[in-house]
Amino acid sequence: MTLLPTNTSFAADEGLRSELQKAGVFVVSLEWVYNWGRKSSIWPLGFGIACCAIEMICTAAARFDLSRFGAEVFRPSPRQADLMIVAGTVTKKMAPQVIRLYNQMPEPKYVIAMGACAISGGPFKQGYNVLKGVDRFIPVDVHIPGCPPRPEALLHALMTLQRKIENQRTLGSDARRTNPAYRGENRECPIPEFGEHDLVPPYNPEVWKPHTIVREA
Amino acid sequence: MSTETIAPREYQIYSGDDLRTNVLEISMGPQHPSTHGVFRMDVSLDGETVVKLKPVFGYLHRNHEKIAETTSYLGSMPYTDRLDYFCSMTNNWAYALAVEKMAGLAVPERAEYIRVIMAELTRLQNHASLVGFLTNDLGASGTPLLYAIREREHILDLFEWASGARMMCNYMRFGGVRNDLPSGWLAQCKKVVDDFPAFMDEFETLLTGNEIILSRCQNVGVLPRDLAINASITGPCLRASGVDYDLRKVDKYGIYDRFDFKVPLGSVGDCYDRFMIRLLEMRESVKILKQALATIPEGPVNDSKARNFRPKPAEAYGRIEGPKGELGFYLVSDGTPKPHRYHVRPPSFINLTVLEDMCLGQKIADAVIVLGSIDIVLGEVDR
Repeated sequence: MTLLPTNTSFAADEGLRSELQKAGVFVVSLEWVYNWGRKSSIWPLGFGIACCAIEMICTAAARFDLSRFGAEVFRPSPRQADLMIVAGTVTKKMAPQVIRLYNQMPEPKYVIAMGACAISGGPFKQGYNVLKGVDRFIPVDVHIPGCPPRPEALLHALMTLQRKIENQRTLGSDARRTNPAYRGENRECPIPEFGEHDLVPPYNPEVWKPHTIVREA
Repeated sequence: MSTETIAPREYQIYSGDDLRTNVLEISMGPQHPSTHGVFRMDVSLDGETVVKLKPVFGYLHRNHEKIAETTSYLGSMPYTDRLDYFCSMTNNWAYALAVEKMAGLAVPERAEYIRVIMAELTRLQNHASLVGFLTNDLGASGTPLLYAIREREHILDLFEWASGARMMCNYMRFGGVRNDLPSGWLAQCKKVVDDFPAFMDEFETLLTGNEIILSRCQNVGVLPRDLAINASITGPCLRASGVDYDLRKVDKYGIYDRFDFKVPLGSVGDCYDRFMIRLLEMRESVKILKQALATIPEGPVNDSKARNFRPKPAEAYGRIEGPKGELGFYLVSDGTPKPHRYHVRPPSFINLTVLEDMCLGQKIADAVIVLGSIDIVLGEVDR
């Protein structure tokens, strides 16, 4: 039965467990039940920016049916959302709003960067007004390439995120160390403002650092 | 202790005329479920009535024109897909038309037919989803939208089969289209087109006589005929105000003069007219598609000489009747492989200029419907 956890951390006698299963008793950790509930009801923020939003709508519609994954409840308010799908080009004018929305979401929160623009600026990377990837400002859990990604790709990203949630520690002393939502520190990202040439700060050093080019002497 | 008699006070009964509330300013957007993207409206409200409305855009300004001026003519063809991301085929066509006009390229017969078929399929899926989104704004919570998107998927499958991509087709080229239609495509297209009226009937049974749609759309957001002409509104919004102006009839670009179709016109210019115009236009598109599919000839689909070229210094303006209105590309060439100036005339941006006139005096909830009935796509508004 696939429902059963494969990575439970507690030690249980395998024979005893299979005996119990025959009687309809399933011994799992509380954490597994908790994560199973969390991953099966991810509520995304109903927030589209550009072209990818249309594919996001197609994913939620009848043919691809996002509700098979329990993630069809698009919330208009960030206060009720677990997942932000950054679907489209984030411009420098839009970036403060996107980051503010991320800050307004309650923990635990996840981000999927959907499409080439959201992950790197995509075809518009050379544009003066386009952010070169939303992961410069907010922590991104899953990146989906594509311009726009097909609905199947978004579903795959969602399954990847579910796998990530499945393996997160939420209870016990480990949780504070491995799950950022339980670390107790402030996960607010600084909101950039328009500076003289670019957004200030140009990136969030907590989540992204510019590549350092090391040249041999 | 003296007692004072309290004289009965005169209470003023407000007739409502001098009952005024403070003007409340609301910033709707850029994250709002019914602004169709990252559009923002700064609305001033007296009670619930809109007294001032200022559209704020630029949240999706992706430097389309500047990028196009730094790349070759063909290089900006994929960027045109991302202007109005519902209608990549018609965007391609408008741009190809401008370049063909400038460079004097001829288009083979079969390619012209393919272009018409693609453009009309685009119109079908754009209008179907627009009506879905409009009813979504009315509070229908996505049910008509699900019907529309179900039908849109059939058309997207055709696009994908022919061009390789569902949305960003990048299918047209200067002097034709990129590749010929795959075998079996036309038969499948015929099937989709033949099935479409059944969907339309179902859709109209659900929507056109619906009491909520009638009461919320009729006489809401009226766009007078004169204002529509003066503000250079184009497309279904103009025709809903009763102006008979369709570039397919006026310009007869491509081979539209060979097809028999009507141009539906509205009489009032309210949201209901704009909504009905879309439904009627879909019926006409089906008519054009049936004629085109019956008469499409065999032959070459593109001009292989037109791949890389250096036009003479010239300027050209190519325009088509896109699903949202007149989509035009203005190009100035200085003899180099890159355009010197590249300008887009986006229909949804120019149709948006009358938003305030249509919303003044309406309720705030109706402003959302008026915006929905204009049919904007922010990729095209902000470019």
